[in-house]
Amino acid sequence: MKYLDEYRDEELAQKLIKEIARIVTKPWVIMEVCGGQTHSIVKYGLDRMLPPEIELVHGPGCPVCVTSLEMIDKAHAIASREDVIFCSFGDMLRVPGSHSDLLVLKSRGADIRVVYSPIDCLKIAKANPGKKVVFFAIGFETTAPANAMSVWLAKQQGITNFSVLVSHVLVPPAMAAILQSPQNRVQAFLGPGHVCTVMGYNEYFPLASTFKVPIVITGFEPMDLLHGVLMTVKQLEEGRAEVENQYSRVVNEAGNRTAMDLVYKVFEVSDRKWRGIGSIPQSGYKLKSEFKDYDAELIFNVDKIDTQESSVCISGLVLQGVKKPQQCSAFGKQCTPEHPLGATMVSGEGACAAYYTYGRFLEKIEMAVPE
Amino acid sequence: MEIKEINSSIDYATLLGSCPLPITNYKEVTLAHGSGGKLTHRLIEQMILPQFKNEFLSPLHDGALLNINNTKLAFSTDSYVVNPIFFPGGNIGELAVNGTVNDLSMCGAKPMYLSAGFIIEEGFAMEDFWRVILSMQNAAKKACVLFVTGDTKVVDRGKGDQIYINTSGIGIIPDDVNIKTANVKAGDKIIINGTIADHGIAIMSVRENLEFETEIRSDTAALNGLVETILNASKDVHMLRDATRGGVTSVMTEIAESAKLGVYLEETKIPIREEVKGACEILGLDPLYVANEGKMIVIVPPGICDTVLQAMQSHPLGKNAAVIGEVVNQHAGMVMMKTAIGGSRVVDMLSGEQLPRIC
Repeated sequence: MKYLDEYRDEELAQKLIKEIARIVTKPWVIMEVCGGQTHSIVKYGLDRMLPPEIELVHGPGCPVCVTSLEMIDKAHAIASREDVIFCSFGDMLRVPGSHSDLLVLKSRGADIRVVYSPIDCLKIAKANPGKKVVFFAIGFETTAPANAMSVWLAKQQGITNFSVLVSHVLVPPAMAAILQSPQNRVQAFLGPGHVCTVMGYNEYFPLASTFKVPIVITGFEPMDLLHGVLMTVKQLEEGRAEVENQYSRVVNEAGNRTAMDLVYKVFEVSDRKWRGIGSIPQSGYKLKSEFKDYDAELIFNVDKIDTQESSVCISGLVLQGVKKPQQCSAFGKQCTPEHPLGATMVSGEGACAAYYTYGRFLEKIEMAVPE
Repeated sequence: MEIKEINSSIDYATLLGSCPLPITNYKEVTLAHGSGGKLTHRLIEQMILPQFKNEFLSPLHDGALLNINNTKLAFSTDSYVVNPIFFPGGNIGELAVNGTVNDLSMCGAKPMYLSAGFIIEEGFAMEDFWRVILSMQNAAKKACVLFVTGDTKVVDRGKGDQIYINTSGIGIIPDDVNIKTANVKAGDKIIINGTIADHGIAIMSVRENLEFETEIRSDTAALNGLVETILNASKDVHMLRDATRGGVTSVMTEIAESAKLGVYLEETKIPIREEVKGACEILGLDPLYVANEGKMIVIVPPGICDTVLQAMQSHPLGKNAAVIGEVVNQHAGMVMMKTAIGGSRVVDMLSGEQLPRIC
């Protein structure tokens, strides 16, 4: 397939790996920020093809994983109401809250629907005037423009039975939090390609210079990731700490101005609680006051939430790159994709789920290669 | 054949198949129990099989192999609840005929007689019912099978989703045909008859109102003609399975687990249409898990691989047939795949439905 197969080429991969091996002289810990990158790395077995000096640790960039438990419990409380049609992106459905998940609520009769775009919720709202349609607006900067658009359009079109439960998070504050943690091991980042498609990468210059870490904005295909690792290792070996753009076929420095304008029309930056990590100042979006009529948190009185997190789950440490999924005592035992204890085991982008799905819960298995 | 890397003696089949939780952890049946992945298997193995255990049921083939007065018979049943009932490339009626015909064919049987049970929702348009019936008539004619018994029930509006169909079927297995998992041996070649994921993506594109430049059509087809062609080329075929719900992954994992052998696949050898690949990329789905309705896995000893492959390629339903991998002694019970860039990964059954990713 054009524009895809070129980035999944065995011969080219070998060339890049050889070049990385040629220039690397000591061990380096590199974090890929995005869950999509983690998924791709594990799916293609990239980390195991790299020279042993390079350790890839998996970052917090899985929107489903970092959505706080309180917010998920609020979502469950709203979705359980008879007057509500609750809409969500697909991989949110199996995320465990304190007591249940959306799939189980659905099997008990709640009207829960998977949508690909929040704009679809407006159609559902128009078709069901007697119901309140709520969209679970989660995600990083990547999903913010479309989520903002749904609210903006609802206001334009005078749709009153639509609202959003907002739990938006932002990448740069999370990177800063990881770097400031006393447990931090990360020496460089593969930056978030999709997030920077929207936002550009101006915000990453202060991070690189303050914390003296190379940040290479990187795509999601195997060649992108290997190329990103090569650029990062080059910087590390040369003692540079700059922001570079590997994903230049998609990302430019200034970002997508139209999308950003829309986001700033509807949202404003706020403090946000991250699951497994805790509260990070100025690390999320909330609706601006002129859109408060579309704020599901205000419409439905769901404040008294009694949250209960699994005591064994170490997803917070996994999300910060401090621990690997197999280092959790529950991994692959009490905690599996069928019965996840933490969100990192649910989403396709969660590190634990990626490890489990691609068989990383066993010791390394050598594949038999027939002649 | 020489195997390059030798593996430790861990029993991966037991490790992978072992369930950390009893089924009773679910108080209700969820949609994930119907996805054809791990939860479906657990539902069958823990709730159903122990209660009905017998020598005909236990092999868990696509159909039961029976022997009545020295005639070898295959007997199979399947229910169809697809939504939407009309989709590009077919409809629920055609699917109901082809599905059961295929289950019988995978036993090596020549499908003969079918039954049909209709559960119809009050208010279902008579015109739509007529379309379904006509297409069942047409599909039965194409597959050379007869409907010999049936049943209709109507339920209250809201208690069903337009129409559900169950079909059962009986077929005769020729004396010299012997298709079963126990035949599968290390060194056997794995062949598929064409492109994967067409049906699942066709359904998804209608259900989600996704429009692509070219229409993606379901691959629903009766495979008995192709099976006949294969068996005419060689009776020494070891195993046949249609890769329906749960996709190629579920079938390959089931075979690896029950044969207690490993399966090696090569990602770049698995045929897939460009537009289907594109749709999977957009939706964040892995085509290896997406349903097919006209695709089968053929496992043959290496000596007859070329003969069978050529025979398949001469048939309209096998013109894109390709060898996609091999059965190995290593990593027993487990499917491993050489990825497009030369890495390796485990290909395991999904626990529930494939959920579209956020971004």
